[in-house]
Amino acid sequence: MRLTDIKKDWARNKSVYFLAIPIVLYFIIWSYIPMVGIVLGFEDYSPRGGVLGSEFVGIKNFTDFFSSYYFGRLLRNTIILSVSSMIINFPAPIILALLLNELENKMFKKVVQTISYMPYFVSVVVICGIIIDFFAYDGAFTELFVRIGLIKEAKDLLSVKSAFRPIFVFSSTWQGVGYGSIIYLAALSGVDQELYEAAKIDGAGRWKQMLHITLPSISPTIIIMLILLVGNLLNVAMEKVILLYRPVTYETADVISSFVYRRGIQEGDYGYSTAVGLFNSIVNLLLLLLTNYISRKYSETSLF
Amino acid sequence: MKIKDSPSRIVFKVINTILMCLLAFACIIPLWHVLMASFSNPTLITQHSGLIFWPLSGPGRSATLGGYKIVLKTASLARGYANTIFYVGVGTILCVSFCSIAAYCISRRRTLWMKYLLLIIMLTMFFNGGLIPTYMVNKYLTLVNKRWVMIIMGLMPVFFIIIIRTAFMQLPASLEESAQLDGAGHMTILIKIILPLSKATIAVIALFYAVAKWNEYLFAVIYLTNRKLYPLQVLLREILVESSGNLDFNIANEVGGGGEDYKKLLQYTTIIYATLPILAVYPFVQKYFVTGVMIGSIKG
Repeated sequence: MRLTDIKKDWARNKSVYFLAIPIVLYFIIWSYIPMVGIVLGFEDYSPRGGVLGSEFVGIKNFTDFFSSYYFGRLLRNTIILSVSSMIINFPAPIILALLLNELENKMFKKVVQTISYMPYFVSVVVICGIIIDFFAYDGAFTELFVRIGLIKEAKDLLSVKSAFRPIFVFSSTWQGVGYGSIIYLAALSGVDQELYEAAKIDGAGRWKQMLHITLPSISPTIIIMLILLVGNLLNVAMEKVILLYRPVTYETADVISSFVYRRGIQEGDYGYSTAVGLFNSIVNLLLLLLTNYISRKYSETSLF
Repeated sequence: MKIKDSPSRIVFKVINTILMCLLAFACIIPLWHVLMASFSNPTLITQHSGLIFWPLSGPGRSATLGGYKIVLKTASLARGYANTIFYVGVGTILCVSFCSIAAYCISRRRTLWMKYLLLIIMLTMFFNGGLIPTYMVNKYLTLVNKRWVMIIMGLMPVFFIIIIRTAFMQLPASLEESAQLDGAGHMTILIKIILPLSKATIAVIALFYAVAKWNEYLFAVIYLTNRKLYPLQVLLREILVESSGNLDFNIANEVGGGGEDYKKLLQYTTIIYATLPILAVYPFVQKYFVTGVMIGSIKG
């Protein structure tokens, strides 16, 4: 890059650069300065010293966290919730898309699709309100479970430790499965129909066609979605957790992000909670890079 | 050439159809339950357990619009509504404007530095400071407990910028070049030429943002403690999740005695009251969301 190039570029494009100033400022202030703010995680924060003047304590916050009673519980809850969400909520939209794709009545397909997207647009507060209502002492699901003998007597299921995870995971399936299927339906509509004709001539049945044509055709979409999901593995939907958990279910429900919120925002323990949050972000980043690497190596599909 | 279905294919089709009907039923019934309960007799609701398929009424205990009457007269909910409309309205306009400007900047091909802006923006997708450092920045800027923090947080989602940029890049470069020769500045090019040609994408982005903003509660819970600034969703949380008595429902004024029974009914009516705008526009706009997912997926 020569100086004359820079001058020429400036002369021609300076008005675009002026246009970009607010954008750059926004990202510096609300994305990059917080990244620098991670130093908080290495400080014993005191309101008087502030971010710059508080005592530097090295990795004490981290070692405190790793050796605390919470570490095991939070890591276990976070991993169990996210992995079980993934095992159930990742394939569900793919299966739904495949089933929808088999419907021959276009009108019926359209109606089912439209209805199944709907829960996605209802706010998480309302969803949780409905969950609380349905699983309450006199709720619809509690009553159903008593009737089919799943539980012995009616009780408020959200105060039951072992009930939190299934309620959390399956309510997310319910809310997201329809909307999640859109992207796969789009991929399915792009599959070359001639492949199916050729397979039929070769005598492949419906099941074989699905295994050998449909799934390979949409696999790039599936892999991209999987990478994105794994990169967010530790980001359990905190907004839903803090609506549904209660002190009696912290044992199974409290996750890293909800802990950061409680310790940081509600209790003002900024240094410690920044360290915990940083641990979360780093693990996420590593997981994203790792899956992307594995995927690029074995399937030639990758994010970057 | 229609080939007759094999028996196993017929069985599959029947089972598949039943499954899909069940799914549709499962997706709509909780919302239907809430809608029907919101018209039901308050005393009967407290005695009822299980799904409500039709407004509950009985001899001397009629179905009622009473819940709605109370909700509509509740000052804090009205203020919450106004706040939400402000956050959604102003937020959508500013989000679309700033995302478009950002997308315009990074879609300029013949510049030396804009590729670095793209990098600056993209990097924030993979790593961020996290909740607490971001909170501290807003605290230092004295934005905590201010209306504008709700607009600033999430103003420029990277994903939106990338989608708009993709739309801009698909326009022929000759368009702007000829405009530039005619002496048009960048703002003019953006507003008069590029935006009108990308209005489908912009509309989808605006819609995505508006719905997300209407439904969002977390930023408010983190940054606002002043009740006067609360959006609807935070008030909903108090009513539905915390079951706290903070809200100024004027039950006694409306129905005289027996106010306790109304607590449950009011939960249902408030849900409908707060979700109505979404449900009302949903049938008309859902196809745009489908388009939105498709645009997003092309970029992947």
